[in-house]
Amino acid sequence: MSDASVDPATVAHVADLARVDLDEDEAEAFAAQFADVLDYFETLDEVPEIDTEPELVNVLRTDEARESLSQDEALRNAPETEDGYFEGPPVG
Amino acid sequence: MSDAFITRTEIDGDADGPLDDQRIAVKDNISTDGTRTTCGSAMLAEYVPPYDATVIERLKRAGATIVGKTNMDEFGMGTTTESSHFGPTTNPIDEERVPGGSSGGSAAAVAAGEADLALGTDTGGSVRCPAAFCGVVGIKPTYGLVSRYGLVAYANSLEQVGPLAPTVEKAAELLDVIAGPDERDATTRSEGADTNYASAADCDIDGTTIGVLTDLVDGADERVAAVFEERIAELEERGAEIREIELDSLAHAVRAYYVIAMSEASSNLARFDGVRYGISGGFDGDWNDAFARAREAGFGSEVKRRVLLGTYALSAGYHDKYYEKAQDTRAWIKQEFDAAFEQADVLASPTMPVLPPKLGESLEEPLQHYLMDANTVPVNLADLPAISVPAGTADGLPVGAQFVGPAFGERAVIRAASALE
Repeated sequence: MSDASVDPATVAHVADLARVDLDEDEAEAFAAQFADVLDYFETLDEVPEIDTEPELVNVLRTDEARESLSQDEALRNAPETEDGYFEGPPVG
Repeated sequence: MSDAFITRTEIDGDADGPLDDQRIAVKDNISTDGTRTTCGSAMLAEYVPPYDATVIERLKRAGATIVGKTNMDEFGMGTTTESSHFGPTTNPIDEERVPGGSSGGSAAAVAAGEADLALGTDTGGSVRCPAAFCGVVGIKPTYGLVSRYGLVAYANSLEQVGPLAPTVEKAAELLDVIAGPDERDATTRSEGADTNYASAADCDIDGTTIGVLTDLVDGADERVAAVFEERIAELEERGAEIREIELDSLAHAVRAYYVIAMSEASSNLARFDGVRYGISGGFDGDWNDAFARAREAGFGSEVKRRVLLGTYALSAGYHDKYYEKAQDTRAWIKQEFDAAFEQADVLASPTMPVLPPKLGESLEEPLQHYLMDANTVPVNLADLPAISVPAGTADGLPVGAQFVGPAFGERAVIRAASALE
């Protein structure tokens, strides 16, 4: 049956990859729920391989400058800004 | 004050047009210039878009008045509107029950007469489910018919903006306004230009072949199935030809849908870093520390669950097992639908396999919650148009019937639904 054993440490690892902090209770609750969901996903194995040739159409446009948001508009929703820039934590 | 809305507004149309005097409610994941657009999330509780979505520009140009932004499951992730940061919306038909989701506020606003029409978005049933639970009409257009520019993405390969209305004709009129190609959404197609879907609501079912999706009827609550079957029999008496259609691929649709939707969500929601918008994660540690704190504070449980499961499904060692197989399933479902449309003009099923649950009833087990989407997700996976139309009631609660059409076959599903109305 399922090889999807999910413990709180696995959940914590995935949360780290996804850049989402979780508290311990949440990681524990998720572990049980993820095991259920992944177990359910298991039977996708039975699905045959399907060859498809999707219809693809080139929708590129020429690379020309066009109207866009002003700097003020782009910064309007930022929690912190400085001198016309977004402000974030220090790098490295 | 109604719990259908997160924000009340009064945004007037720019011109005289087909939607003059129409009060329209808009789901709160569709960007409105100068009016906050929260996606039902704490992350965006204060977010005010600096531009209008294309569908909003089209509503204004058609003369509509936008009366508010409606409640929804956080980022569209839910089937009951209970995962909203702003609290649940109640079903106007029965206040102990959910309105469906994720466009629950839009359906409730129309059902309660607080708006004449509404826009929702449908990623796996999020227009059709609340339409069915609230006793109104909802349309999920063919993928590419309506622009997604300005729609905050959840699972972009699956979602479309769609209308909700008290009647099929009114829903079709609203679809005529929002459909059509848009150079700002490269997935839009020319088939949406100059449509006249409203004229297809002529109630004429004589000679139409309806394929009943037996897998989806058999999986439904028997009270729901009974209402559906009675109405299909009535259409047969009025000249429709009924065929039973079995599609083996549908048994895997919910699995494939959730793998794909969660995977896309994990990528789309990476933009919420608390730097450019949203809740700041502060300045301690490095960027990753700050992002992780912002996302812990800004996202609710269901959003975290889906982002994490999507990250897991795409991670090294699991990509082939989950994501590749889900894509195979998606292609299989498309092939089976294509074959079905060689035997039938439209396909039909109950929209939802259950009656509207009571508030809180479906929250404990995420997997059980996901299974409610069994009848609606196949259409999103196959990029097809579908409509939910009120079919009657069971135990006093609304039951919706779903008609599915071939790609860009909106007229066929609108015609069939108008006959059942």
